[in-house]
Amino acid sequence: MGEKGFEGTEEHSGALEHAGGDTPRYAIENPGLPPHRPRLADEDPRAAKRAERQVSVFFLISVLGTVLFFIGYFGVGQIGNDEDFGLLFLQNLLLGLGVALAMLGIGIGVVHWAKTLMPDHETIEERHEIRSEADRAAAQGMIADILDESQIKRRPLLRNTLIGAAVLAPLPFIFAFRDLDNTDNFSDQAAENFGPERLRHTMWAEGVRLVRDPTGSPIKASDVTLGSAMHVIPEGLNEVEHGKLNEKAKAVVLVMRLDPSKVDITPGREDWNVDGIFAYSKVCTHVGCPIALYEQHTHHLLCPCHQSTFDLTQECKVIFGPASHALPQLPITVDDEGFLVAQSDFHEPVGPVYWERG
Amino acid sequence: MKALSQNRRHPLMGLALLLLGLLVTGGLYSVASTVNQAQAATQVTAAASADDIAEGEKLFNANCASCHGTGAAGGPAGPSLVGVGAASVDFQVGTGRMPMQMNGPQAQRKSTQFSEEQTAQLAAYVASLGAGPGVPEDEYLDIDAEGVDIAKGGDLFRINCAMCHNAAAAGGALTRGKYAPSLQDVSAKHIYEAMETGPQNMPVFSDSNLKPEDKRDIIAYLKTIETNGSPGGLALGSLGPVAEGLFIWTAGLALIVGFMVWLTSRSS
Amino acid sequence: MSTATNQFQPATTTGRLANFIDTRTGASPIVKFFARKIFPDHWTFMFGEVALYSFVILLLSGAFLTFFFDPSMSHVTYNGAYAPLRGIEMSAAYASSLDISFDIRGGLFMRQLHHWAALMFVMAMSVHMLRIFFTGAFRRPRELNWVVGCFLLMAGWAAGFTGYSLPDDVLSGNGLRIIDGILKALPLVGSYLSAFLFGGEFPGYAVIGRLYALHIMIVPAAILLLIGIHLFMVVVHKHTQYPGPGRTENNVVGYPVGPVYAAKAGGFFFIVFGILALIASTVTINAIWNYGPYDPSPVQAGTQPDWYIGVFDGALRLMPGMIGDFSFLWNIPMPWGASVSLPMGVLIPLIPVGLLIVGMVAWPWIERWITKDDREHHILDRPRNAPTRTGIGVAAVVWYSVMMMAASSDLIATHFHVAFNDVLYTLRALFFLGPVLAFIITRRICLSLQRRDRETVLHGHEAGVIEMSPEGGFHERHRQLDDFELYRLVSFDDTRPTPATPGRNGKISGLEKARAGLNRMFYEERVSPVTREELVESRLHGGHGDHLEPVGVGARNGGSNPEIAH
Repeated sequence: MGEKGFEGTEEHSGALEHAGGDTPRYAIENPGLPPHRPRLADEDPRAAKRAERQVSVFFLISVLGTVLFFIGYFGVGQIGNDEDFGLLFLQNLLLGLGVALAMLGIGIGVVHWAKTLMPDHETIEERHEIRSEADRAAAQGMIADILDESQIKRRPLLRNTLIGAAVLAPLPFIFAFRDLDNTDNFSDQAAENFGPERLRHTMWAEGVRLVRDPTGSPIKASDVTLGSAMHVIPEGLNEVEHGKLNEKAKAVVLVMRLDPSKVDITPGREDWNVDGIFAYSKVCTHVGCPIALYEQHTHHLLCPCHQSTFDLTQECKVIFGPASHALPQLPITVDDEGFLVAQSDFHEPVGPVYWERG
Repeated sequence: MKALSQNRRHPLMGLALLLLGLLVTGGLYSVASTVNQAQAATQVTAAASADDIAEGEKLFNANCASCHGTGAAGGPAGPSLVGVGAASVDFQVGTGRMPMQMNGPQAQRKSTQFSEEQTAQLAAYVASLGAGPGVPEDEYLDIDAEGVDIAKGGDLFRINCAMCHNAAAAGGALTRGKYAPSLQDVSAKHIYEAMETGPQNMPVFSDSNLKPEDKRDIIAYLKTIETNGSPGGLALGSLGPVAEGLFIWTAGLALIVGFMVWLTSRSS
Repeated sequence: MSTATNQFQPATTTGRLANFIDTRTGASPIVKFFARKIFPDHWTFMFGEVALYSFVILLLSGAFLTFFFDPSMSHVTYNGAYAPLRGIEMSAAYASSLDISFDIRGGLFMRQLHHWAALMFVMAMSVHMLRIFFTGAFRRPRELNWVVGCFLLMAGWAAGFTGYSLPDDVLSGNGLRIIDGILKALPLVGSYLSAFLFGGEFPGYAVIGRLYALHIMIVPAAILLLIGIHLFMVVVHKHTQYPGPGRTENNVVGYPVGPVYAAKAGGFFFIVFGILALIASTVTINAIWNYGPYDPSPVQAGTQPDWYIGVFDGALRLMPGMIGDFSFLWNIPMPWGASVSLPMGVLIPLIPVGLLIVGMVAWPWIERWITKDDREHHILDRPRNAPTRTGIGVAAVVWYSVMMMAASSDLIATHFHVAFNDVLYTLRALFFLGPVLAFIITRRICLSLQRRDRETVLHGHEAGVIEMSPEGGFHERHRQLDDFELYRLVSFDDTRPTPATPGRNGKISGLEKARAGLNRMFYEERVSPVTREELVESRLHGGHGDHLEPVGVGARNGGSNPEIAH
């Protein structure tokens, strides 16, 4: 009995043909669908009744879920300004659970219905060829006729001028996007209104005070104690009406103090610090995240976005991570009143590298 | 430590802190703007009982001197503690970071090894060796005081702290295995002391950078978001998109696949 | 036509309604076409549905959010319910996102539902594509639909990223900052592309409004169009099916749309909705109130994108910017005096991700070129029966995962108490080794599984019963497979390598040699399916012949269950 299958019995194959015509491809021929196994509910009316009750219970749970939503919506109500956050948590929970039950009740109920009560006989549908050769030939013929009737092949003048016109016609709609770059036209600070040149300049200039971010209070050299790190913006930034964030995105600076003898200073930069107070651009030279993490003993600066690490004792050279060049240093000094001021703008563009940076 | 932070609003706690503040020396603040306060603290130094300092010295010699050297002058395994001030000792010992269990990238928070009294005695002893930041005044730890601005504290926190400690103060990574710890369940006093002294690789946020009122605002903000909890449900460690992605790929996918398998299986 | 209405008189209300519609739209043929159409049923076929339903939920929850969100970057002072931000200056976009979260009832739930549905949407599409790939469902005639699916996946990324940025918080703002940095890195056009996106310098005042237009109109419209094409082609091709008894290349075996499949698929929509609602009500996502309003100065530990952008972010993290003193910032002098900058540290990481995307889109043609298999396939491959493809797929998944894991290097470091430097060093090594190892190991596993299939076919299942022969030897009794199971295990093709063939000029080109080489790699190591002769041999004279317990279908059912026996 058990050996019948590979002998090629047709016993179970029913209406099925096996793939590959007369010569069988596989060790046994396709035996056809396995026999249908009836479910409990197919044979036992009580089981069917039980399934029906189960489905309706799921639908009732869904109703309860909807009610729960309204309890959360109106019962908890509008949450006032100084009320406990616990209420918001509760409301979110009730609304969400209400919706979840309402949806799951319907979903599970319907699927249970389909699984237990709807017919579960697997059915076979024939596939048809996606295209027929006759259709293809007819379509090809039609296209040829259409092209012929349009005379486009016979009249090259028409064809060529049409192509020329069609190529040019969309250009206005491409060039109309030129003013996607227009908001700087209204900026208080923009030195240049278009093009990459503006990326070279920041608000820093000779005599601009270093002030605390975000309060804007100026910093005395004595305020910067050993081991501290200050987040600094140029004075006047907070008063910029339009374009404040644009300027801030370039001008943010981190000020740290360390023992000056620990730092290798390249010639020409000796007077860029004030007694071991160094100011460096806070914008990563990789893709521009703020490098705000300062480790006071290792003197490492770390970018939390991609882990570029810069060594303050080597003038913020890259020692780890994807950044490829050192952070720009802001030359600083003190003014008559003892406040930290910039000597000039940065000597190179800050932030991510761009093509025209050079 | 948790008990300490939970009991921080206990009426006797204020008294205890007051006593602690009186007993433990503040030392000299390094910055001119707080000279007055520092002077006040120095005056208390005289009042700090010689007994405490003597007890502290005994504790120090028994527990700390092996690394930090006799007289806290520094040793092969630990830095000099002359001039670090009482705040530093109170933070390091009070959060269980000192004594260190083993050498690692950084000292970890663990259960404390000394009682509050012993900690105060140790702090008194170290403070007597040289002036340094003292244990914070009580008024700067009272986050319900008049004039506390939570929103400003939040602003300052985001500018000065969130890059290391994460936006919800859940902690973050530093270089070579160091990390900024979570600030959950850290007492107001210890947060204040950490800002004041810059433990390990944390920068110092001296009073000239963040005024004591600013520090109080930051603490008030932290305590507010801690008590608020997460209104949206489980916070997933407040770690942001990575935790959320992990959740959808584990719990979310498991739920979906579970239903899919049930849906396509044959009913019995 | 005028008589048509008189020929049929519906008796019921439903009938009258149906008749009304039919006489005006001619919908009957459509009903006839779809109502009893057959769809195969297998749990792995449902990931596409999950994606579709997630998208519907995204449209519903997104529509709600648009009524309350203000995509403006003008400055306002927040005065809403969330005390820790009251009095802070912020953009109107961020303020309205806070209002949705705290002041509008159900707003927080809708935000969370929308964001969770987005993560689910992209996840479901990804898993769906993995299923398609590993079962070979992309083969002729479905190559174009595979490409449509690839574009859908990418449109899903775009929809996700544009939405992630809308609240204008510090986290997403830094994400945009990274996009700005990547755009600027592109040669020649970079700084202009950035300026066009942001309306001048970063961050500008325009980008949120522009992302909003993309997020609520252009990208969803593209997704809808692609879904339309995708589903239309599914109908044209009919669904694939796993190999098994009764399944052939010329048929579809499954359940009819009405009522079973429609009920299951329709019910499943509500289940997906319910699951997402459950998650949205209990698990916080994107707690924007913690992040604060965007400002270029602050940043926070754990700055990461949503998971599907992680692969880009991780690739950026893996790339070393300096090796020793060699910098990947190349400044190239130009003949006219100025010099131009190429930040290779940003550009190189785009290559592996680009390769993955191009490889994914082009795979059906790559495989067809290598295997020279241009037949139509409606029966799926079991992944083990295509060991090389499965190996390549797993290698790609590993490569992708290594890059994605790199995006959470800092969190891996803090959670497992290791240095993120070491995490990145390890991942850099795995970036090169991982895919190779994955390919070799996966292919080995596939071949072993195929061998086990052969064993099972020839010797049956181990019955777990040990018998002692009269001579004292011990044998485990084996239970023979029934025909249905047998057919599933033997019905795959034994493809042999096709050697290089000369071109029209009679010579074998270099390309053809490469093809033949790849083809050999594809098929050289293979486990052939059991042949008819082997099967007969094993059943009649096999070593375990004495111990076979001949259980065919008939024997199993013989008499004991008369309803099943034929």
